[in-house]
Amino acid sequence: MAATILHGVGATTALSSINYNNSRRSLPERKRTSLVIQCDGSLSSGLNISNNRGAKLSTNAVATKQENVTASTTSKPGHELLLFEALREGLEEEMERDPHVCVMGEDVGHYGGSYKVTKGLADKYGDLRVLDTPIAENSFTGMGIGAAMTGLRPIVEGMNMGFLLLAFNQISNNCGMLHYTSGGQFKIPIVIRGPGGVGRQLGAEHSQRLESYFQSIPGIQMVACSTPYNAKGLMKAAIRSDNPVILFEHVLLYNLKERIPDEEYVLSLEEAEMVRPGKHVTVLTYSRMRYHVMQAAKTLVNKGYDPEVIDIRSLKPFDLHTIGNSVKKTHHVLIVEECMRTGGIGASLTASINEHFHDYLDAPIVCLSSQDVPTPYAGALEEWTVVQPAQIVAAVEQLCQ
Amino acid sequence: MAQLTRRSLRLLRPTSAARLLTTTASTAPISIETSLPFTGHNIDPPSRTVETSPHELLTFYRDMALMRRMEIAADSLYKAKLIRGFCHLYDGQEAVAIGMEAAITRKDCIITAYRDHCLYLGRGGTLLEAFAELMGRSGGCSKGKGGSMHFYKKENGFYGGHGIVGAQIPLGCGLAFAQKYSKDENVTFTMYGDGAANQGQLFEALNMAALWNLPAILVCENNHYGMGTAEWRAAKSPSYFKRGDYVPGLKVDGMDALAVKQACKFAKEHALKNGPIILEMDTYRYHGHSMSDPGSTYRTRDEISGIRQERDPVERIRKLLLAHDLATEKEMKDTEKEVRKEVDEAIAKAKEIPAPDTSELFTNVYVKDFGLEAFGPDRKELRTVLP
Repeated sequence: MAATILHGVGATTALSSINYNNSRRSLPERKRTSLVIQCDGSLSSGLNISNNRGAKLSTNAVATKQENVTASTTSKPGHELLLFEALREGLEEEMERDPHVCVMGEDVGHYGGSYKVTKGLADKYGDLRVLDTPIAENSFTGMGIGAAMTGLRPIVEGMNMGFLLLAFNQISNNCGMLHYTSGGQFKIPIVIRGPGGVGRQLGAEHSQRLESYFQSIPGIQMVACSTPYNAKGLMKAAIRSDNPVILFEHVLLYNLKERIPDEEYVLSLEEAEMVRPGKHVTVLTYSRMRYHVMQAAKTLVNKGYDPEVIDIRSLKPFDLHTIGNSVKKTHHVLIVEECMRTGGIGASLTASINEHFHDYLDAPIVCLSSQDVPTPYAGALEEWTVVQPAQIVAAVEQLCQ
Repeated sequence: MAQLTRRSLRLLRPTSAARLLTTTASTAPISIETSLPFTGHNIDPPSRTVETSPHELLTFYRDMALMRRMEIAADSLYKAKLIRGFCHLYDGQEAVAIGMEAAITRKDCIITAYRDHCLYLGRGGTLLEAFAELMGRSGGCSKGKGGSMHFYKKENGFYGGHGIVGAQIPLGCGLAFAQKYSKDENVTFTMYGDGAANQGQLFEALNMAALWNLPAILVCENNHYGMGTAEWRAAKSPSYFKRGDYVPGLKVDGMDALAVKQACKFAKEHALKNGPIILEMDTYRYHGHSMSDPGSTYRTRDEISGIRQERDPVERIRKLLLAHDLATEKEMKDTEKEVRKEVDEAIAKAKEIPAPDTSELFTNVYVKDFGLEAFGPDRKELRTVLP
């Protein structure tokens, strides 16, 4: 049931994104290792949710056949693919289904996408539907929003989330607020997506985590994907949603391999994912830190702890339902995130949990975040800016004393 | 022409001499020369001779008088503290709104910045909705939640109404992109001012519009002052119609409604075939940038009154009507009185509309919900309400 990681953190060094652009067809030998995540979509009995969410994660939405979930990812022959392929699959299915869905971004068309998420789509759907934009983030994001006002469903790709800072005005003022200031006349069904997070020595400006800046914009939703399974499901849900959704991907997670179901599935945008049920401490995490947490979980289990790991997935709004139920069970909370310490998602989540579930906590919430520094280039220093599994183990031990 | 009748019926109130005059006025074409020739950049300008009709001219007069009266009434309402915040008035620039409307259909899109009251009216908005929105009442066009800078009318192709200078230009590009995507032979008029013409977004949008041949017409309403700074102090090159470089441009006398109409018609034909074009409307605003700006610290009163005497758009139409014997002085005075009464009635009615209910604070943040509800996959069923 738990997510098992077959290779250690060292394997993630293999998945360097920068190598990808230059050597698309020839990944060096060593770097063929990949992470295989076994993750059955079912929520365990740890959650008391009356509306029967437990069985329904993978086959709920538009699947024509009702399938037994636990069988879906292990015994049923799904197909294996990498995370960027899962994103592409979700995107392609939505483009096939609805002619209003279009993609715009830098290098998405003929180049196939700098992370290959849109590879082949321009050949299939044409240059207008998969639009190569000039390097003008502010305007092409604005253009996407304007197109969304008329009823198109654009997906704007930022080559790196950090570049979307240039489009902040458009995202905040127009994307988030137009539905409100027009009294409901316009809806903005746009999806803004792109990779962010600390990569492999990419430098300070290319290792940003923008979820902390976007989180107070009213009117948008934010989700972060972490596995091929949830990447595809969240992509589809984001495209179908009538609200503007920002989908955060991570530069180092694009080459994760997983077996996903053949039949169509859509995930819920506001729902968190129970990765590993437990009873001692609730560990809340998202995106790449999930893997650091799961690695720490192995060590913790050996030491006799039973952590409950939840991938929150939905960064705005928080799935306080799942989180609350978990807090009520374990009474200890550890948040592990890649965002900065100041004003990050962890900070908001801490405040939110304190506000709603204060009575259930036996100890103050511990939040492990990245250091408040620009990400340095030197590898060892960079490693120290993000949370490492050893720190997670130490934090849990301290929390559970 | 049928469109004009529909619009005039909406703006007009029952029986009056002036109304009879407009609806029974002939639609026989008459040709009038614009006051100034057009100047083109990388394009041959259209001819100075504009086809119009008595009906159209009378409608122009009435509509512009209405807009003028509305703005002046808004001025008094602001001073009476019934309108708060920022209020940017359009009087002096009415010819641009009127001329543009005459050249296009409701399927074409218009998007502008914050000086949007008259454009809203031109696009079919009612006085009542406008005043209610300005006063923050629930009957306003954005339910009172937008304010002066956020007038929208989606069904008539009016996309607002934007507070940040220049941010509407990429949005306008997006509207044109959607029009090209759906191949529906309509165009988008993206309006901005001489102040916004120095924004980088404009040039990014011009590049994209020209690259993909989007049916976008960028209209620079050059009233010569960007907030409190004159154009010669803010821009090295004040020829905004030439700024497109490879995108053709046209300089138009923005105080002449017929010239504006001719230019917009020309631009629409051009945009549908050859992609974007810039129109620079040489216009003027009598009020300051907004109601908090007296408007006299950076320009002389002589300048303002000089323009009022020589180039006022309403006066121009009035003179045309008199010259061509289409209306008498008395009839025009009657129209003005009627218009004044209409505006006063609308204000009185708007004052009675209540402010929005407190529950409206949380509506329209998201489509369907405030974001505290978790929906199932495919957004079909409501799963739970998050605490």
